[in-house]
Amino acid sequence: MQLNGDQKLEAYRRMLRIRRFEEEGARQFKAGKIPGTFHLSVGQEAAIVGACLALRRDDAMTGTHRSHGHPIGKGARLDALMAELMGKEGGICKGRGGSMHLADRSVGIISESAIVGGGIPLATGCAFSAKVRGVDQVTLCFFGDGAVNQGTFHESLNMASLWKLPVIYLCENNGYAISTSIAQSHGQPDIALRAAGYGMPGVTVDGQDLSAVYEAARQAVARARAGNGPTLIVADTYRFYEHAFSLAIRGKPYRSAEEVERYKRERDPIVLFRSELLKQGIGDNILTAIEEDVIDAVKRAVKFALSSPTPCPDTLLDYMFSSPPPDYYSAVNGLERN
Amino acid sequence: MQTDAQKLAVAPSTYVRMSYLEAIIQAQIEEMELDERVILMGEDAAVYGGDKLLERFGNRVWSTPISEGSFTGVAVGAAINGLRPIVDLTIASFVYLASDQIINQASKLRYMTGGQIAVPLVVRACMYSMKSVAAQHADRPYPFFMNVPGLKIISPTSPADIKGLLKSAIRDGDPVLVFEDTRLWPLKGDVPTNPERIIPIGKADMKCEGKDVTLIAIAGAIRPTMQAVDALAKQGISVEVIDPRTLKPLDHEAFKKSVAKTGRLVIVEDAHPVCNVGSEIAAVMVEEAFDLLKRPILRLSAPDIHVPFSPSLENDFYPTTERIVAAVRRLL
Ligand SMILES: Cc1ncc(C[n+]2csc(CCOP(=O)(O)OP(=O)(O)O)c2C)c(N)n1
Repeated sequence: MQLNGDQKLEAYRRMLRIRRFEEEGARQFKAGKIPGTFHLSVGQEAAIVGACLALRRDDAMTGTHRSHGHPIGKGARLDALMAELMGKEGGICKGRGGSMHLADRSVGIISESAIVGGGIPLATGCAFSAKVRGVDQVTLCFFGDGAVNQGTFHESLNMASLWKLPVIYLCENNGYAISTSIAQSHGQPDIALRAAGYGMPGVTVDGQDLSAVYEAARQAVARARAGNGPTLIVADTYRFYEHAFSLAIRGKPYRSAEEVERYKRERDPIVLFRSELLKQGIGDNILTAIEEDVIDAVKRAVKFALSSPTPCPDTLLDYMFSSPPPDYYSAVNGLERN
Repeated sequence: MQTDAQKLAVAPSTYVRMSYLEAIIQAQIEEMELDERVILMGEDAAVYGGDKLLERFGNRVWSTPISEGSFTGVAVGAAINGLRPIVDLTIASFVYLASDQIINQASKLRYMTGGQIAVPLVVRACMYSMKSVAAQHADRPYPFFMNVPGLKIISPTSPADIKGLLKSAIRDGDPVLVFEDTRLWPLKGDVPTNPERIIPIGKADMKCEGKDVTLIAIAGAIRPTMQAVDALAKQGISVEVIDPRTLKPLDHEAFKKSVAKTGRLVIVEDAHPVCNVGSEIAAVMVEEAFDLLKRPILRLSAPDIHVPFSPSLENDFYPTTERIVAAVRRLL
């Protein structure tokens, strides 16, 4: 089944939103407006958006340290995300999470884990809850090729298969975990084959091809909603930039400049999808209008973020508990004592 | 002789006599009956006290594969998404495997997401510190978790207290760790039958009133402590015993109130000595209540050595009645 016309335009819009949001974020980072670290998803937009488009808004999702693409792919507003990156009160997490933790519950994101592999059990549990409560919600779980070697991946896939949980494990396989390639870290480099060990389907798709990712995810969602259990999808993709800003990679390069250039030139998912849309007869003017629209939305997000106040130090203790125990803050916070 | 069913049934009387372990099971039964979101999961869940629960709540009791690190995370995800899971990690030494999900996810998600996420999770673990189970099954890991913001930790010592506090934990909107001490499981006591009788997290209880010395006893250390109280009474020494019941947060006000009366404090626990509950209580008392103290604070604990296997080494490993008596006498 193919994406319909509206979905195609929405897919194009969301991929562009990720790209422009991150490029602008990188400028703000260099300008000193964004503290911490900054991991870009540029190059991986089709893998993210293709999978997200197969979900309903009320379906759940977990993301990773490469955290900006996932909420945007799921349909989150940009302004609160940008404000969070700047550590502002108007941020989606009120300035408590920052990059790597851009969870937006309003679009179903239950968390993004900066602990590699940490979100895989959470997604599994989210699906477990849907099963126990008897609702038809599906959970999409993003992680990288590096996370595949964590114990949580294996333990979670086993439980999801055993209990036929409605969860989709989507590996954004960009070939590297910081500087460590698949060849250096995987005894079985074909990640999809690992699914067989847990009795679930494992499929590999071209992660630069939005329609291919969407189709694989759509089938996995249908399988999950029908009560037939989990699927592992490996989307082969590529990150165009360095692992993260503020992380200096010293020594011998782990991938060649030629390889990076080749991907940028020949395998850019947005360029590929744009030409596919043109070939299908969608007018250049429609796509250009979307492009301008996205630039505008990102500009507005930056404006919102820059003008949002910084969190007041008086609110430091907020959000620790939904029900603080009696006298909790005087007993343990250490502030009143000092 | 009452049958189990009679003992556990909600009787018309206000109290029923039951063991600490029965009180744990009764608390879970009541909360599962009151709230269908409450589920139980753990390895061999049907065996370790779960048989009664399984009979009543079949599909809400889940036996998991041996995957502590991940089934704890599964419970976190389920808690975020509408359930109120109780995870039974059985032996407390296995908490280390689950600690990433407890610390990096459960304790942090609410704060890191600016309040968007709630994790109403209960994690139960039993401290099997006796009977030659040796170092890999005998840990008392609560001090590690006391250093983690965002967690509440309870370790009550009487059947009534474990029932009332476990019920509070299950109703709590945040992650709560429950450290049960297997030395207490067989202890019997009167337990309120009213399912709405809960005990708030964060309030200590005076187990015995006295005027000469305050003894704060943690978890299983309450047993030798109460024996010491009797022995000291025979010598004409009157001791007040406080059970914090909740280890995080600690009810420092209750400790201060007692020390204001006695001027002397001994803290007894079975954890290792470095950065344990006693360290924390002593530090706060020195900072905030130094003027109330007539004598230095004494701490009794297990030594900074792994729990040995041989009964001849293990027998004297934890604070004994004799050592508690001696410590109290030193302060007079
Ligand atoms: C448990 C853990 N170990 C190590 C790290 C440091 N770290 C951050 S990102 C990363 C690489 C992750 O690679 P992958 O899962 O493939 O995701 P990618 O960065 O390629 O998107 C590492 C090792 C971490 N954050 N968490």
